[in-house]
Amino acid sequence: MDRFVFLFSAGLARGAVLALFALSLVIVWRAARVVNFAQAAMAAAAVYAAFAVTAATGSYWAGLLTGLASGALLGAAVERGLMRRLPAHAPLPGIIVAIGLVMVLQAGLAIAFGPEHRPMHPPFSERPFIIGGVPVLSPYDLFTLVAAAAVMGGLALLFGRTSLGLQLRAAAFAPETSRLLGVRVPRMVTLGWALAVATAALAALLLVPTELGLNPHAADLLFVNAFAVAVIGGLDSPAGALLAGIGVGLLVSLVTGYASAAAAPLAVLALLTLVLLVRPGGVFSAKEARTA
Amino acid sequence: MSALVFHDLTVGYGGGAPVIDGLGLEVAEGSVVALLGANGAGKTTLLRALAGLEPARSGRVLLGGRDLTRMSTEDRVRSGLSLVPEGRSVVVELTVDENLRLGGLWRHRARARKAAVEEMYALFPPLDRRRHAAGHTLSGGERQMLALARALLARPEVLLLDEPSLGLAPQATAQLLGVLRATAARTGLTVLLAEQNVTGALSVARRGVVLALGAVVADRPAADLAADPALRHAYLGF
Amino acid sequence: MKTPLRALLVTAIAIGATFGLDPFRNYQLATAAACFAAVAGLTVLVGLTGQLSLGHAVLMAAGGYGFAFAATAVEAPWPLALLAGLAAAAAVSGLLGLLLGMAAARLRGPYLAGLTLALVIALPSAASTLPLGGDQGARAPFFAVPEGLSALIAVEQWHAWLAVAIAALAVTPLVMLRSGRAGLRMRAVLDDETAARLSGVDPGLVKAGAFWISAIPAGLGGAVLAVATQQVTPGGYGLAFSLLLVVAAVVGGLGSIGGAAIGSVLVVVLPWAVDELVALAPSDFGQRLDGNLAVLLFGAGLVAMTLAWPGGAARLLDRLRAARPSRFATPSTTTER
Repeated sequence: MDRFVFLFSAGLARGAVLALFALSLVIVWRAARVVNFAQAAMAAAAVYAAFAVTAATGSYWAGLLTGLASGALLGAAVERGLMRRLPAHAPLPGIIVAIGLVMVLQAGLAIAFGPEHRPMHPPFSERPFIIGGVPVLSPYDLFTLVAAAAVMGGLALLFGRTSLGLQLRAAAFAPETSRLLGVRVPRMVTLGWALAVATAALAALLLVPTELGLNPHAADLLFVNAFAVAVIGGLDSPAGALLAGIGVGLLVSLVTGYASAAAAPLAVLALLTLVLLVRPGGVFSAKEARTA
Repeated sequence: MSALVFHDLTVGYGGGAPVIDGLGLEVAEGSVVALLGANGAGKTTLLRALAGLEPARSGRVLLGGRDLTRMSTEDRVRSGLSLVPEGRSVVVELTVDENLRLGGLWRHRARARKAAVEEMYALFPPLDRRRHAAGHTLSGGERQMLALARALLARPEVLLLDEPSLGLAPQATAQLLGVLRATAARTGLTVLLAEQNVTGALSVARRGVVLALGAVVADRPAADLAADPALRHAYLGF
Repeated sequence: MKTPLRALLVTAIAIGATFGLDPFRNYQLATAAACFAAVAGLTVLVGLTGQLSLGHAVLMAAGGYGFAFAATAVEAPWPLALLAGLAAAAAVSGLLGLLLGMAAARLRGPYLAGLTLALVIALPSAASTLPLGGDQGARAPFFAVPEGLSALIAVEQWHAWLAVAIAALAVTPLVMLRSGRAGLRMRAVLDDETAARLSGVDPGLVKAGAFWISAIPAGLGGAVLAVATQQVTPGGYGLAFSLLLVVAAVVGGLGSIGGAAIGSVLVVVLPWAVDELVALAPSDFGQRLDGNLAVLLFGAGLVAMTLAWPGGAARLLDRLRAARPSRFATPSTTTER
C-alpha cells in the first residue's frame, strides 16, 4: 500500500508534465490543424537555451524564462519560416517537414553541445516528504504540479476569457470567416505556435531534471507519451489532455513500479492502439474531430 | 461621391478563362445596389474578389477614394469594407454572443463594444433570446441574422451581402431585408446586395446591376429593371 | 518489357557490378539493397495510399528477428535455412504489418504517423520485455561462400549477391501489384474514398492490404541486413534509421520504385561519405560531427525538398486537393463560378 501511495503521487507529477506537453500539441492542432512532430526537438532546443543560461548565470529562474522565451520564438519562427509555406490541404507535407526539422535540430544540438547527457539540477529537492512513514511527493514534484496547474489555468483564462483568446479560437475554427471579421488570422496562427512551443518547452524543462539529463533526444519519449495522451483526450480538447495526461502518468508510474521501466512504453503503445481502434476521435472529445 | 469604385477587375481560378473580365462599377454613397444574375454569372466571385478572398488578375478597388487593391482581407475589413459571405458563415463552435463580439473587436473598445452588441440584440430580438446558444444550434434564419448583425456591428462604410435569402423562408427573408433597408436608410450605409431572389432584392434596392458571364449587361434604376420583361426573361429567368 | 524480365535484368546487372566493388563497397551494396526493399514498400504505401509510416524500421526489425530465429533453428543445408529464414521474415513482418494495417484502415495522417512513431520508440522496450535478447539482440547464422565459388569471390561479395537476390524477390511482386488491379484500387482510395466506396472498393480493406503488402518487403529487407551483419539489435532499428527510410522515400519521389533505389543508395552512401570528410576535421569537433552532420544534411534536404519541389509530396497533394475540401475552408466557401 505504501508503495502504491508513492507510485500514485509520483504518477501525478509525471502526469502533470504529460498533460502540459499534450496541451501544447492540442494548441498547435487547434491553431493550425497539424500535429507538430517536431515539438519534442523544438522543446529540447529551448531547454538547451535554458541550460546554457543557467550555467552562465547560476540562476534556475533566468534559465526557465529563457527556455520559455526561446520556445516561443522558435515556434513562431518555424510557423513563419516553414509551415506557412506549405499547402494547407493535406497533412503529409507538414509531417515530412516536421521530421526534417527534427533531424536538423537534433543533429544540430548534438554537434553544438555534444551527444552526452548533461545533468540538470532541479531548483528544489527531489527527496520525497515522508507523511506517516510513507514517502509521497518531493518538493520538486510539488513545484512541477503547481507550475503545470498555473500554466494550464493561465491558458484556460487566455483562451476562454480574453478577446485575444476569442480571436485565437475563431481563427482556429473558421479562418476565412475570421478574416472577414478583421481578425488577423496569420498572426493568430503564429501566436498559437509560439504559445504551444513555449508550453512544450516548460514541460520538457520540468521533466529533464528527473530523468537522466539533457540530451537532444531528451523529450522524444515525452512526445510519444504526450501524443498518446492528446489522442486519448481528443486532439481538440484541452480538458481531455489534462485528464488523459494524469491517467497516462499514473499508468506509466504504476507499470514502472510494479513491472519494469521497459514495460511502460509498451503499456502506453497498447493503450494508444486500443483508443485509436475503438474511438479515433478521442475518449473525451464531445464531437468528431473536423478532419484528421 | 462614390463609396465603392472598382474598374478593370479580372478574376479567374487556376489557369482557366476569367470568371470576371474587366468589370467596373461605381456605387454611390448611401445607396443600395442589387447585383443580379443567374447562377454562374460571377456574383459570388466578384464579391469575394472585392473582399480580397480571391486574388484579382488585374484591376483596382477603391473605397471612399482609398486604394484597397493591395490590402489583405483583414485590412479591407478594417478600412470599412465588409462581406457577409453566402451561406452559413457563423463560427459554429462559438456562442451567439462570442460571434457578435468577434465582429466588433477591432472597431470598438470594451465598453463601446458592449453597447454596440446590445444595439444589435435590440435590432434582432431573436438573437437576444439565444445569446449563449452555440452557433451550431441556430436555425438558418438565425444564422443569417447573426452574420448580418456581426457585420453591422463593425460599422462598415460598404457592406457586401452575398445571397442573404439563400435557404430562408420567405418571411425570414422579408424580415432580414427589412432590417437591411431600415439600417441603410438610418445610417447611410452603402450596400451591394447579390441576390437570386430578384423581387426581394429590387424591392430594397434603388439601382440594379445585372451580370451575365462576368460582364455587366444592364445597369438601371431598380423600378425599371423590375418592369422590363425582356430583360427579366433573358437574364433573370422569370 | 514485362516486369519479371526487367527485374531479372536489373538483378543480373547488380550482381555483375559486385565484381567491380571492393569488399567494403559490397557490404554497402548489401545494406543499400536491404534499405531498397524497405523503402520500396514504404514509397508504395505513401505514394499510392497517402499513409505515412514512421515505423518501417520496426517492420524491418521484425523481419530480421524472424529470419534470425528461424534460420538458426533449422538444422539443414544453407539454402534451406536461408529459405526458412526468409519465409519467417515475411510471415512475422507481414503479421505485424497486417495488425498496423487494420489500425491504418481507420486512421489517417497524423494519427497513423503517431502510432508508428510510438512503435519505433517502444522497440527497445519490446526487445527487453519480450524474449528477443534485450539490447544484445539476436544472432543470425553466418552464410559462408559456397564451395564452388569460394575461390572466385569473397564473403562480402557473396552476401551482396544474396542481398540483391532477396531484394529483387521482395520488390518484384510489389511492382507487379502496383501496376495491376491492386494499384488501381489504392489510387482510387487516395483520390476519393467515398467515390471508391461507391464503385465497390472497400477503402478499409485496401488500406489494410496496402500496409500488409508494404510490410513484407520491409521484413525481407531486415532479413538482408541480418545476413550481412549476422545480428539483429533493437539499437540498429531506432528512430534515426526509421526516419532515414522516410528520407529515402521522399528524396526518390514518393511512389517511385526507381526513386526508392536511388534514395536507398543515397542514405547508405552519403552518411559514409560525409563521415569520411568529417574525419579530416579536428578530432574533438570531428567526433561531434560524426554521424550528426549527415543527419543534419538529410533533414535540411527533406525540408527544402518538401517546400520547394512539387514532385514528391505535391503530386500526391494534387490528388488530395481534388478529393477533399481545403483545410481552411469554412462551410461558407461553396463558390459560385
